[in-house]
Amino acid sequence: MLIKHEKIETNVILMLVLTLLTVSIGGLVEIVPLYTIETTIEEVDGVRPYSPLELVGRNVYIREGCYLCHSQQIRPFRDEVERYGHYSIAAESMYDHPFQWGSKRTGPDLARVGGKYSNEWHVAHLSDPRSVVPESIMPGYSFLANQELDVSDISAHLETNRIVGVPYSDEMIAQAAADLAAQAGADEDTDGLLARYPKAVSGDFDGDAGRITEMDALISYLQMLGTLVDFSRYDHDDLQQ
Amino acid sequence: MSSASSTSGAADAYNDEIIRKFVVATVFWGVVGFGAGVFIAFQLAFPALNLDLEWFSFGRLRPVHTSAVIFAFGGNALIGTSFYVAQRTCRASLFGGNGLASFVFWGYQLFIVMAAVGYVLGITQSREYAEPEWYVDIWITIVWVAYLLVFVGTIMKRKEPHIYVANWFYLAFIVTVALLHIVNNLAVPVSFTGAKSYSLFAGVRDALTQWWYAHNAVGFFLTAGFLGMMYYFIPKRVNRPIYSYRLSIIHFWSLIFLYIWAGPHHLHYTSLPDWAQTLGMVFSIMLWMPSWGGMINGLMTLSGAWDKLRTDPVLRFMVTGVGFYGMSTFEGPVMSIKSVNALSHYTDWTIGHVHSGTLGWVGFITFGVLYFLVPVLWKRKDIYSQRLISYHFWISTIGIVLYIVSMWVSGIMQGLMWRAYDSFGFLQYSFAETVDAMHPFYVIRGLGGFLFFFGSLIMAYNLWRTCRGDIEPETVSSRQSATAQA
Repeated sequence: MLIKHEKIETNVILMLVLTLLTVSIGGLVEIVPLYTIETTIEEVDGVRPYSPLELVGRNVYIREGCYLCHSQQIRPFRDEVERYGHYSIAAESMYDHPFQWGSKRTGPDLARVGGKYSNEWHVAHLSDPRSVVPESIMPGYSFLANQELDVSDISAHLETNRIVGVPYSDEMIAQAAADLAAQAGADEDTDGLLARYPKAVSGDFDGDAGRITEMDALISYLQMLGTLVDFSRYDHDDLQQ
Repeated sequence: MSSASSTSGAADAYNDEIIRKFVVATVFWGVVGFGAGVFIAFQLAFPALNLDLEWFSFGRLRPVHTSAVIFAFGGNALIGTSFYVAQRTCRASLFGGNGLASFVFWGYQLFIVMAAVGYVLGITQSREYAEPEWYVDIWITIVWVAYLLVFVGTIMKRKEPHIYVANWFYLAFIVTVALLHIVNNLAVPVSFTGAKSYSLFAGVRDALTQWWYAHNAVGFFLTAGFLGMMYYFIPKRVNRPIYSYRLSIIHFWSLIFLYIWAGPHHLHYTSLPDWAQTLGMVFSIMLWMPSWGGMINGLMTLSGAWDKLRTDPVLRFMVTGVGFYGMSTFEGPVMSIKSVNALSHYTDWTIGHVHSGTLGWVGFITFGVLYFLVPVLWKRKDIYSQRLISYHFWISTIGIVLYIVSMWVSGIMQGLMWRAYDSFGFLQYSFAETVDAMHPFYVIRGLGGFLFFFGSLIMAYNLWRTCRGDIEPETVSSRQSATAQA
């Protein structure tokens, strides 16, 4: 072995190539099958691309680093299911570029926070967390209510998502700005929005009807989290990967 | 004075000017990164420190801390020492001369500044330890290729027949980090004039790609690179050859082969398919062996010279660092076991584990190497004050102990509180109660981090006085008495 190794340790290019080959094996064996094994993503109904307002809200969530303290991934344990709801399945994050599963729970899991609290609670909590949860150590995000959304490029965001694989239709892209405004409560008629994005919750999220803010967008995202799949229709065996 | 074209003897031909720059940058970014860590640690204990301003919130400052310590402090230390070690072990000056090396230095500092400014302004991909957006990713790729060229070019110019083992580890670090970086950062920008991009992968595939990257950023950035340091500087400091050449070969190939598989242990019990989780766990446990093989190779190099630990605080730093490496590479496989991970995951136990590796191993081996390098590079007899090195050692060691013990307690406590049931079969604690219970441990952790930060300030002062050519009177007298005894 030592004699053969001499060949490697006297030739830097050979060493470089062998190193690359050695470190490639593990990654290939683990990552490639996630694309080839069909059951990796469970077949369930209800998962849809984010509505334009939810997508903008999700980008605020990413920008503020919420994922550093909040996971979006409920593990299949009795206590987690009782505390947060049905365990998370891969299908629920199939349109997440990037994923937001998180790695730390300094705050609680948010995978199914949608619908659990009122919009008013979210505004109060985001503006001054300790006003509603005295033990909270979350930073205050009152500034979100003062930042009006710049949505001039919303169609470009949807188009970019389509490039990476999210099935946004031409209609969704064309209607992006209108759908965003409708979901934020600017338009009474939400039929088009709901046809394109079933279960989308609309309204004036931040309590300031005059304008659409980052607070509106973030709360619309939080209110849809974990609400798309109806788990009463599936049992454990349906969700085997 | 030192340039590639110089012919006035081998020693003068080395490009040491650029290494001095990397040493200064390492110390500077170390102080910045540790300070940022102390600040965000206290934000978790006292949330008023977030100031409710977007630029000061924990969510934006946390990547400033992690990038500053990993890529700015660690990266400058790795690039600088790899240039030092490659020149000495190849008896050759840097390929590309001062020009290409300077490009690597200034290009790397620009990368750090661009990344940090972006985080504070809210520009992030939300991929842990790969937060910079696409334009920063492209820039660092260019700088990294230049770095690879300098390193490989220097080895090709070598006057020694063999490539020394430290260089194998540096080479594996450079090429593997390049591979990880490129794959993990594949993304499509929304426009070429804006910062925002969307990652190419989604959901479960994105998650595994990211943790394949992040785990191996630990494996190849914070481990393989610093093992390169260990393989050169510990033998050099104790003036003995590496314990076992054969073990070096086994250590190298088994470590780089096994490490890459371990990423899925960050995704236990998630929506990642079970087969991938199990594979990640099995390889994580196997990884214990090469890790300890490397530790043994480093520690046993001291055979017959253990007494130097008593008299040489620089060596004490390096060897304690290897000790912490052994500890955290044992803790890691334990935490990768699914049933243990069910308790530890999402808690502060993970944070404590990471810091025993980074403060203890990466920090201490680097401090030892800095104390070794500064007198050599600035052509001084010795460090300004041996006493201050000892102070630094003990203050940081106490800081690390406070840090990891408080995180063990708070992590295990929180994990147990989450799953606790009362006698009626209801969950015993609300989430907010667990947050409240962690407060004292967050204060202790902050204090531990502060001690570590304070130690780095002592080091910065000591190294600065060394560069100026000062010698503390006490150090002079103790050296005279040591000489007299000998």
